Amino acid sequence: MSGLATILRKELTDQFRSKRYIILFLLILLSSGLASYGAAQSIRDELSRATASTFVFLRLFTTSGGVLPSFLSFMGFLGPIVGIALGFDAINSEQSSGTISRVLSQPIYRDSLINGKFLAAITIIGVMFLSIFLIVGGLGLRLLGVPPSSEEIVRILVFLVLCVVYVGFWMGLAILFSIFFKRPATSALGVLAIWLFLSVFMFIVANLVTTYVVSDKLGQQLTQEEFAARQQSVRDNVMRISPSTLFEEASVTVLTPTVRSLGPLLSTQTTRLVPNPLSLGQSMGLVWPHLTGLIALTALCFGGSYVSFMRREIRST
Amino acid sequence: MVDKPVVVEAINLTKKYGEATAVNLLNLQVRQGEVFGFLGPNGAGKTTTILMFLGLTEPNSGSARVCGHDPVKDGLKVRRTTGYLPENVGFYEDMSGRENLVYTARLNGISYNKAKGKIDDLLSMVGLSDRANDKVEKYSKGMKQRLGIADVLVKDPSVVFLDEPTIGIDPDGVHRVLTIINQISREQNITVFLSSHLLHQVQTICDRIGIMVKGKLVTEGSMASLGKDVSGFDRVKIEVQATGTVEKLSDTVGRLEGVKGIERSGDLLIIDAERDIRILISNAISKQGESLLHLKLQEFVLEEIYMRYFH
Repeated sequence: MSGLATILRKELTDQFRSKRYIILFLLILLSSGLASYGAAQSIRDELSRATASTFVFLRLFTTSGGVLPSFLSFMGFLGPIVGIALGFDAINSEQSSGTISRVLSQPIYRDSLINGKFLAAITIIGVMFLSIFLIVGGLGLRLLGVPPSSEEIVRILVFLVLCVVYVGFWMGLAILFSIFFKRPATSALGVLAIWLFLSVFMFIVANLVTTYVVSDKLGQQLTQEEFAARQQSVRDNVMRISPSTLFEEASVTVLTPTVRSLGPLLSTQTTRLVPNPLSLGQSMGLVWPHLTGLIALTALCFGGSYVSFMRREIRST
Repeated sequence: MVDKPVVVEAINLTKKYGEATAVNLLNLQVRQGEVFGFLGPNGAGKTTTILMFLGLTEPNSGSARVCGHDPVKDGLKVRRTTGYLPENVGFYEDMSGRENLVYTARLNGISYNKAKGKIDDLLSMVGLSDRANDKVEKYSKGMKQRLGIADVLVKDPSVVFLDEPTIGIDPDGVHRVLTIINQISREQNITVFLSSHLLHQVQTICDRIGIMVKGKLVTEGSMASLGKDVSGFDRVKIEVQATGTVEKLSDTVGRLEGVKGIERSGDLLIIDAERDIRILISNAISKQGESLLHLKLQEFVLEEIYMRYFH
């Protein structure tokens, strides 16, 4: 255990002192600060016109202010970059600099190294996002003058967990690639390619699959509304392969209590809907599969990294 | 030497990578306090053997014992008492030399306070005291190699494995590294297992040498006994240079008893002789009224070992 603690401590020191961390932190801080500032402005405009409004504080994270995207969409976009940047050279840089064989020839278990790196990276992500959330929260409090309710705080904490798990997934994938590819540039490009595919091209794949699965023939047997709903649900389910989709759907649901369904609703189904807005428990019920899915994907990345790292030959030449 | 306990032992050790056999039925014993030179050309399986001794690679068959522990089952115990200096050793470049050593000490479960004095001693032994707080990225290759030796000694090992410790550094650096290795062996009684393909560099400090080629240990023994094995007959080469023309010298020497052949190399004559006839040569030259400028017995043993085993 002393090995793991030592490695964890060193990795944390290294990361927090690194220029890479400072750059990432500033990037996220700037974009989220601007996003929530823009959001606060438009919420204030609204508040001055209408009187009653619920969950004002949550809208700090979901409202896009004018030209700027919302905090939520910034997270969906920048989160993977943070994760990839923290993990893409985790193992291969140690391999190419020849430090790995020196460290592993010490009396430590081999998995201490990979566990230490993973734990350190997750801790760093947690600390980074917690501080960003606190800063944004403080800014929102100052600009809106409305304190968050306890339910809002819990919802924001759930969103924080979602962010950490989501970024953790990309970090895990990057570490996995850093074990498979010898050169950091190759592993970084590899993960970036997957990220681009999952976040941009997945939409095209989903459309292709939908036209294939839900054929026109089927359309003749169904009403137009049912057909559209069927198409939409197939498309959604294909899109949910991508962690970006999982993250966005889950976050929107958690941060917007009025969201009652993640799929299309037929007019016949709307008659017995639960009252709006949803309670926290019901929102959680809606996104539970998303959250467990994200955690499972992250665990899969870690498991893959662990196994391939334990089996690999460590010689540097 | 014979009655000292065996600390590093390989019994039919075999490692295969797919079809290729990196180490083939290796049998080897190194006794406490020895400096063992593990020699062989590149790709002979030297590093693989060392990794198996450390429990960092599992053998396909056969077994190893280091300090009484089996590296496969008790890798941790082996690595607690052995140091390993990898070929092209790397350090964390943005940390200072001292910080790197402190990290190694911590990985060995030694607290900073306990390790501090030891690390200072080691840094001064390898001549890095004044550069200890500089970042490693500013170190030369030779300095990194010396830091590597200090790093290996932080844990107070009883055996150290040094993989190509003299590769890629300048002659002065080689000399310093070899002196340090000699020192730790003589003064601290640490067993040194040293791999190299540069026989001429390490021969001076090795008590015993084993030569590995294509995964097999082809021979082992002291330098002297290896030389005899290799040449098989007593034949020596002698370099001579004297005043007067080379032709005349060649003529003089050629008539001596025991000379088998004469080669000319610039102003030098290289004489192939049945035995060491330096006294005869020197006498013959002075009889001719010339003066001897250079006379040397060539140590051709090394070359012969190379020719015989490395190719």
